[in-house]
Amino acid sequence: MKKIRTIIGKEWAEVFKNRLVLFSVIFLPLMLTILPLATIWGMSRFPASTEASVSAEEIEFFGDLCVGLTENECVMVYTLSLYTLLFMILPVMIPVTIAAYSIVGEKATRSLEPLLATPITDLELLSGKAIAAIVPAILATWLAYMVYAVGAMIMLGTELALAYVFAPAWVLAIFVVGPLMTFLSVSIAIMVSARVTDPRVAEQLSGLVVLPIILLLVGQSVGWVVVSRDMIYLIGVIVLILDVVLGFITIKSFQRETILTQWK
Amino acid sequence: MIDTENLSKQFGSHTAVDRLTLHIGEGEVFGFLGPNGAGKTTTVRMLTCLIGPTQGRATVMGYEVGKDSQSIRRHVGLLTETPGMYDRLSALKNLTIYAELYEVPDVPGQVEKYLRLLGLWERRQDAAGTFSKGMKQKLAIARALLHEPKILFLDEPTAGLDPEAAKLVRDFILEVKAQGRTIFLTTHNLDEADRLCDRVAVFNQRLRVIDTPQGLRQEMYGRQVVFHLADTAVPYQPTLQNLPYINRLEAIDNKLVVALDDPETHNPELIRLLVSAGANIQFVGELRHSLEDIYLRLVNDD
Ligand SMILES: Nc1ncnc2c1ncn2[C@@H]1O[C@H](COP(=O)(O)OP(=O)(O)OP(=O)(O)O)[C@@H](O)[C@H]1O
Ligand SMILES: [Mg+2]
Repeated sequence: MKKIRTIIGKEWAEVFKNRLVLFSVIFLPLMLTILPLATIWGMSRFPASTEASVSAEEIEFFGDLCVGLTENECVMVYTLSLYTLLFMILPVMIPVTIAAYSIVGEKATRSLEPLLATPITDLELLSGKAIAAIVPAILATWLAYMVYAVGAMIMLGTELALAYVFAPAWVLAIFVVGPLMTFLSVSIAIMVSARVTDPRVAEQLSGLVVLPIILLLVGQSVGWVVVSRDMIYLIGVIVLILDVVLGFITIKSFQRETILTQWK
Repeated sequence: MIDTENLSKQFGSHTAVDRLTLHIGEGEVFGFLGPNGAGKTTTVRMLTCLIGPTQGRATVMGYEVGKDSQSIRRHVGLLTETPGMYDRLSALKNLTIYAELYEVPDVPGQVEKYLRLLGLWERRQDAAGTFSKGMKQKLAIARALLHEPKILFLDEPTAGLDPEAAKLVRDFILEVKAQGRTIFLTTHNLDEADRLCDRVAVFNQRLRVIDTPQGLRQEMYGRQVVFHLADTAVPYQPTLQNLPYINRLEAIDNKLVVALDDPETHNPELIRLLVSAGANIQFVGELRHSLEDIYLRLVNDD
């Protein structure tokens, strides 16, 4: 356990000296918090139409999202659910950046060999590196989401915010599915980083894990899908299964000899 | 301390190390010489439990490679071919990380001890990336010693260092040897091997020879005495031609090179014979072959 802590401390000391990593860990969450809050602020200041109730085609487009809301509220709730989905990019992108720089960085400085000569187990090293990428990602996501939550409550009023923006499904998405996704993207980032020599390439390749989220986002904004509670459950289960499978593969392939002789 | 038996490593169809059998005793400085790609680093990696042998076995301090790998890692130090420092972190931080990973009891004390010993204490807060090659190498040596290993593996410790830094490192190796530690040293610097090592092995995929540097000289060339004459040496060759104890005789310019087993006994007679034949002897000396001659002869045989 102590060795895992040493590795985590080392990763953070090293990786957070990198501007690109800092950018991804600080700027991305910041942006994703400010953007929806600014939108809410804008929409509540310039209401589109005050009292009109939701039209028939809108009901078709939004599904059960807007039942019992005014049109204005409906648009706002809809927009915010898009932003919440956008939030899911954080738990996926942040660990990818950290893991990519941490692993490709070690390869570039050839620091893996002396490290692997110490009596650390392969699993301890892997855990240290994985945790070092997972924890900041989850914390940054949660922190950003909490700021967003508080801001939305202040501007929207607690009741509306609680009912629609922070519906149990979204809370589940952020607090449970998010960490599961983080785990998945770390596994992928470690596997990809083992095979490339440029951290930016590693980052971009592993970053492809955000693609499904982007697809959902696009799907929802053009009206193909509405991310519902059931869909979030489904995504959670799929990600969990992938976590187990990829986690297993990562642990199996994370061995001294493989690392030294096959990582290029 | 280190014993191997038919230790082999194959990468795909390529054999990097072929049935290496070695026995290295406690406190010995053992030089492992060989050309680029000979399999030196591969051997070191097997003995430090970084990669597994494909055949044969090895024990280090009685622990079996592959079975008690963690015990071996705890007791050996490794200086890798490249220092592999965390360039963004300070020297102090670099060593602290390793001291923790090696479970050193007194981390700050041990780190300070070795930073001071290698003259890096003043620069401890500087990022390792700002260090010169020589300083990085010293830092890497400190790192390899933090846990006071009984056996130290040094993979080309002086490669790429300027003469002064290289001498510093060599002197340090001698200090480490004086503490009774066993040292396994790979190098391309034959002069260095000659000066530092109790025994050397010439290795190129297979073990070619293994002996003390002095023993190797004798084995390969026997002992040779050179007589420097004032004029050309050819006329005096017949004088010594038929002596039974001379193994080989050669006249080159103004030098007579005589190979014989026991120069201490026979040199006086040789000198007398040459003088009475009218030779003007300027110097008499023993011809020492450098380890380089031996090495080149062996490696060129391959
Ligand atoms: N991971 C690997 N995969 C395939 N072949 C390898 C691998 N590592 C080493 N080799 C091969 O094994 C042989 C021995 O390499 P090694 O690095 O042990 O040589 P060396 O004696 O240390 O050379 P140098 O003096 O250049 O450091 C080389 O032919 C090399 O190409
Ligand atoms: Mg080598």
